[in-house]
Amino acid sequence: MKHFFTLLSHEIRMLLVSPSTYLAALLFLSFMGFIFTTILESYSKAPLELSPAQVFFQLFWLPVLFMVPMLTMKCLAEERRLGTIETLLTTPVTTTEVVLGKYGAAYLLYLALWGSTAGFFLILRKFSGDVRFMDPGPLLGGYLFIAVSGLLFVALGVFASSLSRNQAVAGILCFTMIFGLIFGLSFLAGSSILHREALQPARQAVEYAQVLTHRDDFTRGVIDTRQLLFYLSGTVLALIFSILGVEAKLLHS
Amino acid sequence: MPDTPAIEVSHLVKAYAGVTAVNDINFKVARGEILGFLGPNGAGKSTTMRILTGYQPATSGEVKVCGVSVALRPDEVKRQIGYMPENNPLPEDMRVSEYLYFRGRLKEIKRRMLGPRIDEVLELCDLKRVRHKIIGQLSKGYRQRVGIAEAILAEPPVIIMDEPTIGLDPHQILIVRDLIASLRGRMTVIISSHILPEIEMTCDRVLIINQGRVVAQGTPADLRRDVLGHSTYQLEVAGDTASLPLLLATIDPTLTVTAEGEPDGEGFRRLTLSTENDGELGESLLRTLSSQSYRLRALSRTNPTLEDVFLAATRRSWDVKSGDLRKK
Repeated sequence: MKHFFTLLSHEIRMLLVSPSTYLAALLFLSFMGFIFTTILESYSKAPLELSPAQVFFQLFWLPVLFMVPMLTMKCLAEERRLGTIETLLTTPVTTTEVVLGKYGAAYLLYLALWGSTAGFFLILRKFSGDVRFMDPGPLLGGYLFIAVSGLLFVALGVFASSLSRNQAVAGILCFTMIFGLIFGLSFLAGSSILHREALQPARQAVEYAQVLTHRDDFTRGVIDTRQLLFYLSGTVLALIFSILGVEAKLLHS
Repeated sequence: MPDTPAIEVSHLVKAYAGVTAVNDINFKVARGEILGFLGPNGAGKSTTMRILTGYQPATSGEVKVCGVSVALRPDEVKRQIGYMPENNPLPEDMRVSEYLYFRGRLKEIKRRMLGPRIDEVLELCDLKRVRHKIIGQLSKGYRQRVGIAEAILAEPPVIIMDEPTIGLDPHQILIVRDLIASLRGRMTVIISSHILPEIEMTCDRVLIINQGRVVAQGTPADLRRDVLGHSTYQLEVAGDTASLPLLLATIDPTLTVTAEGEPDGEGFRRLTLSTENDGELGESLLRTLSSQSYRLRALSRTNPTLEDVFLAATRRSWDVKSGDLRKK
């Protein structure tokens, strides 16, 4: 693992010097800011039961669906397209280190982008002078949910990137996987197919893997270790598959 | 283990889905030797090199670098090798010195040593002027030299370069050639190239592969003898050429006329002679011919170039291959 930090710092450095990172961050923040103001506007019209933070995190899937593919589609696909993966893997670096380095950098950027949205709440508090808007429970829970679920989403993106040398294909694949994870499973839980007696275990498993339910639990301040485990194990699995994906391409290239 | 050869390849086979890219290749490279790797496109050069670096696994056979098996201990082998792949892939958005620093760290050069070493390779590869430029903006020649600088950065005992001189102008080729020659004795170098005079000038030994098989190997001089099996002389002579073969046989039994031109206005005709004798026959030819009332205007020994050897060797194996096909 001694090259992991070399690779990670290299990746972060490349992100920091690249103008596209800042452009993406700017667009992301304007988009999130738009959502946030829309929420505030609805609050100004009528009193609502939920806190603004809860409503804000209810829409987490919208940026996730678009942002995660864009952050991750490049990482391994481009290395292979340019052929630099060949020079990278002929140094004493293991595939695991390369994949983890890419993953780490993408995840940190994901966290940084989401973290910067915390500024909205600070601004709101400063100018409204009302502490109620800054309900720390849902806020902390929401950001914790973003951090934990992001582990899995970014890992899925890295996995998609390991499968194709075409960035667009990797991006769409990642989008589809995350969409399937969030909405596909929720659709499956609601469908009548799983209501048969024989499929009871499958239904339980699907109900346990509801990302939207997890979000509600987290923003309510309920942190369930089973949910944490779901994301952690999913992340590990996706990363293992990414490593295998890269190595399989070497075997058959 | 200084006695073990730097590279030992035995019965190497690599098959892609249905296609055998490398078919039972055997060769050895001694330490400090510079080996030229020749072959037409698709002969299996790049595949062999990739297997040597441990980037791709072989289907069967054994490859050892400095006595260490590539398949069993790839990590150790990767520390012994500096590799520049085909087409020299480089990240577009890094500066030259940054890139070398990053690669140096990956190759486990100590931070303290890395700075001076980068200066050294930049100097060696004549890259000092562009050290702060972004690689994506460099011209082909510079990019190529960045690749070479990267390969020699960690001073590995074995350097493998896939077509290092492709796309360079003659002046830059000269620099690269000197650079490779300066590694002679210190590092083992394997280079593949299509530029044959290049290989001939820099390499101690040449390996020609075609269709995944080794078709010829040895020093350039050996190859000439083995593959072409003769030396040729060109002369312009006036006189009766009918009795010439008999006369030539007295000089050397294998000396024969292979081509004869039409006489020009002054009665001189151009002859091409061929012999299996490697020795210098020019003087005896001169003396014998002029003593026998032949008038001689020009005499030269033509040296077959490596190109002739290459063409002969690869054509020969091509014939073998197409013969096989016909039998099927």
